[in-house]
Amino acid sequence: MLIPHPLLGLRDAAEFTYLGDAALLNRPDPGAGEAAFCDYVYLRDNPAGVHRELWYHEQGDRSWLVVTRNTLTHEILGAELARDVKGGAA
Amino acid sequence: MTRLSGGLIDRSKVLSFTFDGVRYSGHPGDTLASALLANGVQLMGRSFKYHRPRGVVSSGSEEPNALVELRSGNRQEPNTRATVAELFDGLEARSQNYLGRLDRDLLAVNDLLSPFFAAGFYYKTFMWPKAFWEKLYEPAIRRAAGLGRVAEGADPDAYDKGFLHADLLVIGGGAAGLAAALTAGRAGAKVILADEDSRFGGRLLAESHLLDGAPATQWIEGVLAELCTMPNVRLLPRTTVFGVYDHGIYGAVERVADHLPTPGAGVRQTLWRITAKRAVLAAGATERHIPFADNDRPGILLGGALRAYANRWATAPGTDRPVAIFTCHDEGHRTALDLQARGVPVAAVIDSRNDAVAQGDYRLIAGGQVSGSQGRLGLRGISVTTASGTEAIACGALGVSGGWNPNVHLSSHHRGRPVWDDTLGAFVPGPGGPGGLLVAGAARGKGSTALALADGAEIARQALAELSITAPVIALPQAEDTAPNGTTLWHVPGKGRAWVDFQNDVTVKDIALAHKENMRPVEHLKRWTTLGMATDQGKTANVTALAVMAELTGKTIAETGTTIFRPPYTGVSLAVLGGGDTGPDFRPRRLTPTDVFAKSQGAAFVEVGQWMRAQYFPKPGETHWRQSVDREVIAVRRDVGLCDVTTLGKVDVQGADAGEFLNRLYSNMMGTLKVGMVRYGLMLREDGFAYDDGTCARLAAHHYVVTTTTANAGLVFRNMEFARQCLWPELDVQLISTTDAWAQIAVAGPKSRALLERIVDGFDLSNAAFPFMACAELTICGGLRARLFRISFSGEMAYEIAVPARYGNALMERLMQQGADLGVTPYGTEALAVLRIEKGHAAGAELNGQATAAMLGLGRMVSQKKDSIGAIMSRREGLAGETRRLVGLIPEDGQGAIPGGAHLFTEGAARNMETDQGWVTSTCHSPHLGHPIALGYLEGGDTRLDEVVIAANPLEGTETRVRVVSPHFIDPEGERLRG
Amino acid sequence: MKFSGLKVFAEALKGHTGWKPLWRNPEPKAEYDIVIVGGGGHGMATAYFLAETFREARVAVIEKGWLGSGNIGRNTTIIRSNYLLPGNQPFYEMSMKLWEKMEQDLNFNAMVSQRGILNLIHTDAQRDAYRRRGNAMHLSGAGAELLDREGVRAMYPWLNFDNARFPIKGGLMQRRAGTARHDGVIWGYARAADQRGVDILQNCEVTGFRIEGGRVLGVETSKGYIGAKKVGVAVAGSTSRVMQMAGLRMPIESHVLQAFVSEGLKPLVDGVITFGAGHFYISQSDKGGLVFGGDIDGYNSYAQRGNLPVVEEVLESGMALMPRIGRTRLLRMWGGIMDMSMDGSPIIDHTPVQGLYLNAGWCYGGFKATPASGYAFAHLLSTDRPEATATAYRLDRFARGHLIDERGAGAQPNLH
Repeated sequence: MLIPHPLLGLRDAAEFTYLGDAALLNRPDPGAGEAAFCDYVYLRDNPAGVHRELWYHEQGDRSWLVVTRNTLTHEILGAELARDVKGGAA
Repeated sequence: MTRLSGGLIDRSKVLSFTFDGVRYSGHPGDTLASALLANGVQLMGRSFKYHRPRGVVSSGSEEPNALVELRSGNRQEPNTRATVAELFDGLEARSQNYLGRLDRDLLAVNDLLSPFFAAGFYYKTFMWPKAFWEKLYEPAIRRAAGLGRVAEGADPDAYDKGFLHADLLVIGGGAAGLAAALTAGRAGAKVILADEDSRFGGRLLAESHLLDGAPATQWIEGVLAELCTMPNVRLLPRTTVFGVYDHGIYGAVERVADHLPTPGAGVRQTLWRITAKRAVLAAGATERHIPFADNDRPGILLGGALRAYANRWATAPGTDRPVAIFTCHDEGHRTALDLQARGVPVAAVIDSRNDAVAQGDYRLIAGGQVSGSQGRLGLRGISVTTASGTEAIACGALGVSGGWNPNVHLSSHHRGRPVWDDTLGAFVPGPGGPGGLLVAGAARGKGSTALALADGAEIARQALAELSITAPVIALPQAEDTAPNGTTLWHVPGKGRAWVDFQNDVTVKDIALAHKENMRPVEHLKRWTTLGMATDQGKTANVTALAVMAELTGKTIAETGTTIFRPPYTGVSLAVLGGGDTGPDFRPRRLTPTDVFAKSQGAAFVEVGQWMRAQYFPKPGETHWRQSVDREVIAVRRDVGLCDVTTLGKVDVQGADAGEFLNRLYSNMMGTLKVGMVRYGLMLREDGFAYDDGTCARLAAHHYVVTTTTANAGLVFRNMEFARQCLWPELDVQLISTTDAWAQIAVAGPKSRALLERIVDGFDLSNAAFPFMACAELTICGGLRARLFRISFSGEMAYEIAVPARYGNALMERLMQQGADLGVTPYGTEALAVLRIEKGHAAGAELNGQATAAMLGLGRMVSQKKDSIGAIMSRREGLAGETRRLVGLIPEDGQGAIPGGAHLFTEGAARNMETDQGWVTSTCHSPHLGHPIALGYLEGGDTRLDEVVIAANPLEGTETRVRVVSPHFIDPEGERLRG
Repeated sequence: MKFSGLKVFAEALKGHTGWKPLWRNPEPKAEYDIVIVGGGGHGMATAYFLAETFREARVAVIEKGWLGSGNIGRNTTIIRSNYLLPGNQPFYEMSMKLWEKMEQDLNFNAMVSQRGILNLIHTDAQRDAYRRRGNAMHLSGAGAELLDREGVRAMYPWLNFDNARFPIKGGLMQRRAGTARHDGVIWGYARAADQRGVDILQNCEVTGFRIEGGRVLGVETSKGYIGAKKVGVAVAGSTSRVMQMAGLRMPIESHVLQAFVSEGLKPLVDGVITFGAGHFYISQSDKGGLVFGGDIDGYNSYAQRGNLPVVEEVLESGMALMPRIGRTRLLRMWGGIMDMSMDGSPIIDHTPVQGLYLNAGWCYGGFKATPASGYAFAHLLSTDRPEATATAYRLDRFARGHLIDERGAGAQPNLH
């Protein structure tokens, strides 16, 4: 696979380490309680189709990216820096 | 010898080779199969199940029958298709899968027993008596099964892998592929043209067709000459594109040296990972055979293969008798004409079509079908059935032409399903193929030479247009353009066994049996009968089988299903997929900064992940590793020892919010740490379990240095970056891994201060000025930048000193030199482990990802005052209620070994999983105490001090009575540290 | 019809005219007591045990494709009971005991072959970890042996002992482990279930659940609505998308695991071997193909195919361990979709929807569990109580913190 790094262009996926659903950006507020954390840590939408997910450019510039990818076809629809996504959400 | 005139072989050179020990000769340009045919050898192998005598069927990579063991010794290569093995001088080949002699295979008895071995028979029997399966039936089956033999020793050849990039990858260098490559080449696009054959041209090399009135080779040579001059074009002959992966990545293997006796100093094969913006699949088509009774005798070939052997390799099988042709298609007539043109007599063309018309001077049997064959190890004659009866025709070879199956394989690697085209009578590439892959020429049913040329050029233009590259319309040669004219004939009905899958011995009757037993979905049919599972992956069988099943179910072929293909297109050697990174090169070797020193001391080394660390430093006279380790441990406890601890992960953390950031990462407080001090820290995963520990030093208000365990150096840094970028990007904090930048040496033992005083540049090391858990930046040895941490893993007064990595070895040598009179001793990972077990520090065996902070005895380190990663989840019932605790264990008798991995039981309890109380995590001999000690997790361990429990090791049949003690075997009050 | 050598002999003499379909192709009934969603190994084993052991008479299995088209037909056929944790090991040992009598129970030769599994050891720490595991195996009655380097060499003298980056220091051996013919297992269960009255409905895809008042009433399918008192879902690989139809989010990600088979070779690898310094495992089928695999690709996928880096990784490991196989050829590679659960262990439990039961999360270890999974799920479906060895496989264990994490990798599915 090739990942379109927003700063570095197309990079081989082998340079990256995969984490999982980009929902992991949304760590609950500490006051939200155990149940909210349990959802955050353990439950996943795991869609068959478009999936926003976190990849870490470990053998590269150490950026965490949010990659939008179709899990049925592996087609990649876009990639953003996680901190930009997070900044937008904040 | 059976050599015809002409052909693309170099008769000026003679190559000598052996097959089953018999010496033969051939010429450059020959394959093993063509050379054997030219030497009159027809019997080349035995089938998988019934050990039927078999000869070559095809002239290409789809060959199901002619498999040989090529070469010898450690280069022995089983299951090599004789049709693609290029002849070289000295080639050795042996037939395979027989007992005794190839022509008198004792296992041919299976053929006599074949009525008992029908499809799926083994699922129905061998069940009684139960024990006989493993003891009797299965060993017999395993011995009889398999094909070739694996070499005895390691493959001596080298392999390589590489990356290539292109605008357009053209797969297949026949008419369509050459036209595509030329079009793209002239457009200036970056082109790679790959073909599995040693020679470009594809079917053009096998046919007698003229291009622009001249032999096709002239046009091919012209195109290749032009392509060779283009810097934007790379030609890859002998290269099979075996699979399509995501985002335009293609796997290909170049057989760099398989046509040579040995690769010499070069590599045998190269694995190419080709990234192409677009690809044209111009892989051509594979001819179909027509199953009839006994259609598997040596001498019965595909018609197109007969033409290829005659036209390209100037040979024909079995020419002591004339050749017959069986066809449902005009193709068969072309075979007859080509053979006649080369002087091969044609006995008859049997055309299943009633309205067939002869196209030359040969006997035509229109409306006829071949209904049987004769000959034991080679074809002697055939039976031909027409409306008027059955006739015997003597012949030494039979060419069968049942139409063509487009080579759609790569187009279905992403589960795009081929679709049935009724007009063509064939499956063509369907929708849903790999993105960026376009199909051209015969691979999508455009099979005449003119069509293939035009299609190749046009599809290349389309592909380039998608890349906004305008390609010229190139002039194409005049070529034959006969529309395909024929019908489909899937099999000849009859009583005998009509073979569909040659290698796996699957017959039309087997398919009928599968139908009867309701194994009707295509995948069930394949799995029940093993059809299409042989080394040719059903290239010559799958479509025919599907058609037979359609006939049985009364459905159309389109309704019956389709058949997809998986990578690889043809077999790929396991070695080349490994890319040559084997043996000692399997993984990189990371060397510590003091590696040179350690080697000079004769250290034994141990693999710690990728690192090679000094394990212990044997001295003359020490005959057992324990002697060395005990000496090193005692030296640390009595004098001073040195250990390279560079491998611990180091992360530099800077920024105004560094303290807050670390507060959120560590379960304990770090923001309150005073500048110039170090604190031990514990990290939890977000799920609340402990996963790493280390030290955190505050060098300045906004500058911390974090250390991690060796094993988790990468993981912790990744998680820290995750926290920084994904959780709290608003914090002002920057990270950099400095593991490789700083060499770090532990200086441990009562004399450590005395030693360090000799190298620091006027730095006050007194307890008051630099107490336990202090840290500082300083210079040593007259100006060398260094960091000093007063921390201890051993429990002794100890320091860790860090210098830029390139000075690590020099520092070690300087310390050794300066400390000679202090008894300074280098120690390795074994002594390090003993020292930490004696002190009760957790390491990988305790921090195994399954432990809570409380289990480690560190429950109080999880601050309740702040949020940090994992804090909330650590409070869940299952974790909070965890009662196992880290304890020390000593043998009750003062000497019994306590094996790591033994399970702990209350005395007198049964030994089972319900009564299991914990396990031994780490164990060693303590030189300090003079007996074995261990750490372990024990149910309620913190409340069971002094109790005697059982360390049970039923795996090795031992049990030890052990006393539960504090895990801090030495200096539980920590006085030595603070001294 | 009973299968036997005698029957094969008799049929051979009369030209195989007497064989019957292995199972029927029935039309769906309007309602069943129990509908199993998923005609794979686990679903079919569940149906068999429901009919055979729990005497459930009205059971159907619905399968969206052909029987066994999921992971039962695309795995590396290994059976073993060499787990570590008390939540797992007794269950897998129960499974091993069912494997040992499967063929006689089913009257179908699934070619269960106890050829042994050897887990290689390359470091002292690994030996301690395997000793802990081997002892757990002994405590559950599964048995194991700890071999030293020479013990391993005696079994496989041709492994790479002398020129290795990570030398072999020993191995943990379970002799009762081995392989079984994967297709034979599903066919055996399907035939036996069909004979006991279970309706197997192929090409019948579930498109929704009918749920009223928190209780499941039946399933919507491509062949129409089918009523059911209870519905059991056993669709590993697709669990999230099926359970999503019932409005439930799962502690599961779908990942692709590639598998490989070489061309047929004369016998070389007698049992199963796993490499301890890279992710690689291998056995040899009765037909002679080397069957091997390695790690999952590591990203969420429903595509049933993987990518080249993992192929290279697997073969690097294979060649590092077995330099002798280099000149043999890869015949075929494929991918299966794994239900990777958050702690690496499965789920066999009720769900928050009454009457809807779940069997999921098998990661890449589902094949060996097939009989026990079927038995335990049938037990739960029929009696509403968990089977004794499967009590830890609860859906709420994540919320409660009772994880079954063999690897200690935490809540990241691609690390299990």
